[in-house]
Amino acid sequence: MITLDAVTKSFGSRSVLRGVDLHVERGEVLCLIGGSGSGKSTILRCINGLERHDGGTITVDGTAVTKASLPAIRRRVAMVFQRFNLFPHRSVLDNVTEAPVHVHGEPVAAARQRAMDLLARVDMADHAHSLPGALSGGQQQRVGIARALALRPEAILFDEPTSALDPERVGEVLRVMRELADEGMTMLIVTHEIDFAREVADRVAFVDQGVVAEQGPAAHVLTTPQIPRTAQFLARVLHRNA
Amino acid sequence: MIEFFADARAFLPILLQGLLVTIELTLCALSLSLVLGVVWVVLGRAAFAPWRWLARGVITVVRGIPIIVQLFFIYFVLPDWGLDLPPFLAGVIGLGMAYSVYQAENLRGGIGAVDKGLIEAGEALGMTRLTLWRRLILPLGLRHALPSIGNTMVMLLKDTSIASTITIAELTREGQLLAISTFKNGSVYALIALLYLLASLPLGALVRGLERRGRLA
Repeated sequence: MITLDAVTKSFGSRSVLRGVDLHVERGEVLCLIGGSGSGKSTILRCINGLERHDGGTITVDGTAVTKASLPAIRRRVAMVFQRFNLFPHRSVLDNVTEAPVHVHGEPVAAARQRAMDLLARVDMADHAHSLPGALSGGQQQRVGIARALALRPEAILFDEPTSALDPERVGEVLRVMRELADEGMTMLIVTHEIDFAREVADRVAFVDQGVVAEQGPAAHVLTTPQIPRTAQFLARVLHRNA
Repeated sequence: MIEFFADARAFLPILLQGLLVTIELTLCALSLSLVLGVVWVVLGRAAFAPWRWLARGVITVVRGIPIIVQLFFIYFVLPDWGLDLPPFLAGVIGLGMAYSVYQAENLRGGIGAVDKGLIEAGEALGMTRLTLWRRLILPLGLRHALPSIGNTMVMLLKDTSIASTITIAELTREGQLLAISTFKNGSVYALIALLYLLASLPLGALVRGLERRGRLA
């Protein structure tokens, strides 16, 4: 459903993406792994237009990502951020209803009802009337996921969703993501959680120096990497996690 | 001392009327300055370059001219061009305009302090530029700008005394007239000073209250 073809992106003279080819099937969970600065977050940001790619094409179900198509793309592809980015001046409930009501014009009562269902799904219904600042990181990220789901997206991009969390809070967020994967949500996840990737991902892509250096079935890439750089990266990450 | 209290008793009814006009003038000019301040900030960030030049031009000109000269221009010069404004309205427009450039500066600072990640989150949810401004950038920027806006409010309250020069019967002018007719300069100006001071106190409390209400946790 999401296809990148020879996508390039530079920030000034620094070339961040140097010809990325990637494909995500509908219902598939694809994890992007790679060192910091490898360009994996930039790939996500180009897909929903937070950055504009310089070359190549990105399509969502055949629709090319352009300035004109962005509103439609953003309705179908939601995003979850590393630092949650919940609106601090609005309650948890209002964060979830923000896009349905103020972007898509849904009636408030219906949007609230649906938001409460979504909050219940991520186990945050009890905090519907709290402000984000009163919540732990794990709780905020679960609200972030509910806010993304409120768009009724066909796919969700996760940009290192657990990297800003205390270690004991990582599990509750991964549990929600695992449930989404089981329900067949299309997910593109930038993550350092190798164990999670091994368990949940259909495929894993290793991004290195602005290109997809290796990709394949999760078990394959993570246990028997074909190129040395993947193996070195995995050794480093798994050593740090151990 | 006893004489002062006797004077206070005699003068306060008139001075309080002047204070009421001062407060009305402050609130009207404050509202105008905030609205215009938002306009300058929005124009200053517009994609269309001439809008940005216009905003920068207005800010440069207004900031470079003394408020009293601006008021004289509006009240004494504009009638020559066929625009004859009543004093109070001229005062509101002059002070509101003059202070709008400071409010623009306050708001610009507040908006600059808004977390970029929040704006990206709004964009990712599909918000248009207008919705981003209305739902995120202005409400959050205003919260960050509140302390400096409060400071500017107190300055504005005191600068309404300049409007005495265009015949507005606010506190300073009423006091001047009293002082001239009674020769009791000491009592009159002491009372005026006291009333300005008393009027500035609730403004500080108001801003602190708003800051408390706007706290984000």
